[in-house]
Amino acid sequence: METINDIILAKVPAALIEEKQFLTITVVPGDLRLLAKTVRSEGYDYLIHLTGVDYVDSMGVVYLVGKSTDMNTMLVMKTSTEEREKPFLPTVSDIWGSAEMNEREVYGFFGIVFIDHPDMRHIFLTERWKGFPFRKDYDNTPNELDVKSYDMPEYSSTWVNGKKGPEERRYLTFEEDDYVLNIGPQHPATHGVLHFRTALDGEIIKKIDVNCGYIHRGIEKLSEDLTYPQILHFTDRLDYLSSHINRHGLCMCVEKAAGIEVPERAQYIRTIMDELTRVASHLLSWACMCMDMGALTAFIYGMRDREKILDIFEATCGGRLITNYNVLGGVMADIAPGFQNDVKAFIKLMRKNLKEYHTLYTGNIIARQRMIGVGCLTNEMAVAYSVTGPVGRGSGFHCDLRKIAPYAAYDKVEFKEIIRTEGDSMARYMNRLDEIVESLSIIEQLIDRIPEGEFCAKTKAIIKLPEGEYYQRVEAARGEFGVYILSKGDKTPYRLKFRSPSMTLVSIMDKVCHGGKISDLVTIGGSMDYVIPDIDR
Amino acid sequence: MEVKNIKIKGIPFEEFKDNEYLDQHLAELRENGVNVAVGVLDDIINWGRSNSLWPLTFATSCCGIEFMSVGAARYDFARFGFEVTRNSPRQADVVIVAGTIVNKMAPILKRLYDQMAEPKYVIAMGSCAISGGPFCNSYHVVNGVDKVIPVDVFIPGCPPRPEALLYGMMQLQRKVKLDRFLFNSKPKTK
Repeated sequence: METINDIILAKVPAALIEEKQFLTITVVPGDLRLLAKTVRSEGYDYLIHLTGVDYVDSMGVVYLVGKSTDMNTMLVMKTSTEEREKPFLPTVSDIWGSAEMNEREVYGFFGIVFIDHPDMRHIFLTERWKGFPFRKDYDNTPNELDVKSYDMPEYSSTWVNGKKGPEERRYLTFEEDDYVLNIGPQHPATHGVLHFRTALDGEIIKKIDVNCGYIHRGIEKLSEDLTYPQILHFTDRLDYLSSHINRHGLCMCVEKAAGIEVPERAQYIRTIMDELTRVASHLLSWACMCMDMGALTAFIYGMRDREKILDIFEATCGGRLITNYNVLGGVMADIAPGFQNDVKAFIKLMRKNLKEYHTLYTGNIIARQRMIGVGCLTNEMAVAYSVTGPVGRGSGFHCDLRKIAPYAAYDKVEFKEIIRTEGDSMARYMNRLDEIVESLSIIEQLIDRIPEGEFCAKTKAIIKLPEGEYYQRVEAARGEFGVYILSKGDKTPYRLKFRSPSMTLVSIMDKVCHGGKISDLVTIGGSMDYVIPDIDR
Repeated sequence: MEVKNIKIKGIPFEEFKDNEYLDQHLAELRENGVNVAVGVLDDIINWGRSNSLWPLTFATSCCGIEFMSVGAARYDFARFGFEVTRNSPRQADVVIVAGTIVNKMAPILKRLYDQMAEPKYVIAMGSCAISGGPFCNSYHVVNGVDKVIPVDVFIPGCPPRPEALLYGMMQLQRKVKLDRFLFNSKPKTK
C-alpha cells in the first residue's frame, strides 16, 4: 500500500517531508496549491487550523489538516516566503472553506496577501490600523485612539496574478442597490459585539458580511512575552463559558511538551470540572437561545440551574466564572470538602429539571416551527468549514474528541456521542440538551472514583519547552479547541495560536442563513452559540 | 481544608467606607441655605430617578455573563430598581461597560453614549473597563474606559462578583440622589 509520503513525493518531488509530532511537509509557495490538492484528494478534508508565523528571515504559514473520517490522522503543511515588504502566498480557501476566514486573519496580523482569495480584507483590525501587529518587528505601541465614528469600507479586494506580478482588483462588497441592514455591534441577539452587515431582498437574506474584532485583545501576541504559567489565565478569558476546558487544553499541551506527569487524582478532577463546565455552558446557551426566541422564562430557569454549578466551582476554585483552577501539573487546590455530595445533589436536580425544560420549551409548537428545518447545515459544509462541537454533530460529523482522542479520564468512562443528521436548528438545540445528559452520566461515573493522592505534580519554577511545535486539542463546549505552540527553547513561546471553535461557527453564518428569513437569523445565531471573545481572541 | 493567614493586598476591612462622605458633604453645603421648595422637589425627583435606573444591554466579554447573572433569578437587580435592561440606548439611563473596550470598539461605545438621553451614567465593571486589566499591554486594548466616556462608578474584579456589581450599582444610586436635577445649568457631558 502506498503511504501518504510516496503519494506526495510523486506529485510534489520538491517537498521536504519530516516526521515530527505530525507528518510535516514543507514546500515552496509555488508548490503549495499542488500539495494542498493532493492532500485533499487523499481524504484530508478537515482544515484544523491555519496560522501565520514570522520566522524573522521569512514569513510563513502553517496548515494543520486532518481527516473527518479518522480524526486522529493529521499532517502539517508549511510554506514560507522571504519577501517582507509585500509577501504573497497562494490561497487554499477554495480547497478548504474554513481557510477563508483564517487567511483574512493572517492578512491582518502578518500582512501576507493570499492570491485569488475572494475577499482580502482585514477581519479583526480596521482598515485604518497601521502596522501588522504579529510581526516580530512591530513595536507594540498602540495606534492613537480615535473615537470619531468611521465608515465601513465599501470595497472588497481580491489579488490575482497579472502580467507584472500580483494585481489588486477592487469590487463592491454589496451590490449597488442592495438593502444593507446592520445587525450589531451592539445588538442583544449577537451575544456580544459582533457585526453582521446583512444584504436583504425583502426579508430574504442575500449575503451576510461578518465583521469581528470588536473585542480583539491580541491575546496571542501578549502571550509571546509571558512565561507558560503566566499565559494560563488568558485561556479562561477566551471562551469564558468553557474556561476550565480551554485551560485544560493549554495545560495539557505544555505538560506533554515538557514531560510533566499529571497525577491520577488531578486527571479525574479535571475531567469532572470539564464536564460541569460543559453543562453550565450548554445551560447558558439553552437559556440564551430561548430568550432570543422570546421565552424569557427559559432564561430565568437556565440561569437558576447554572448558579448551582457556579456554587460548586466557587467552593473548590474560589471563582465563579473565571476559575483559574488548572495549573501546569495538576490543579490549583484540592477539591473542597463536600464536593462529591454537592455534585451528586446537582446531578439529581438537573435530571429532574431537564424534563421540565423539555415540557416547557422543546415541545412548544411555536418553538418547533421556528427551529425545525431552519438554518440547515449539510455534513459536507460542516466538514469543509471545520465546524465541530454540538453544531457539527448536529450535521452528522463525528467529531467528539472525548471519544476519538480520549484525554484525561475520558477513556475510563462510558458515554454516547450525540449525533444527529438533520443539521437544522432543532438538531443543534437537542444536541446540547442531550449532551447535558451524557455529561451528567460521565460525572456520575467518576465522582466516587476520584483516587487518593497528590492533586498537583511538583514542577520546576521555570518551565522551558524544548524546541519544536506542539498541538493539543480538547473538546470544548463549542467544539475543538486547540493550542498550537511554536517553541524556540525559551521560557516563553515563539508563537502561540488558539484554534477557536467559535470562529468556524461564525464563518458559516453567511452560508447557513443564505436564502433564509431575516427573523430566522436570530434563531440560527442562538443555535450556533458562538462566544465573541473566543472568535476575536 | 482550612484556610490560614489570609493576606489581602489593598484596604483593611476597617478602612472600608461606604461613601457616606458624599451625603455628609452635601449636608454641609446645604447648611448655608437651600431653596426649600426646589430642594425638596429635587429630593423627590432624585429618589424616583435613582430607583428606576434602567441599564443598557451592553456587554463585550466575561463581565457580561456576570451582568446577566445579576439580571437573572438569584441576584435579580430588579429588586433595587434596575428593572429591565433596555436594548436601545435611547431608553437607557445607565450604561454598564462590562468587558474590555478595544480600539475598534471605542468609537462605537462613544456613539452609544452620545445616543443616550441626559441624565446618563456610566459604570465601569471589571478591571478591563477600569484599566485594561490583564490585557493592558496589548496593542489593541483601550486602557480604561474613562479615556472614551466619563465614568461614575468603578467596580473592581475580574469579573466582579454579582454582589460587587449590586454594591456598585447602589453607589450609583447614592450619587444620583445627590444630583441637582432642577435648574442644573451645567450638562454632564465631557
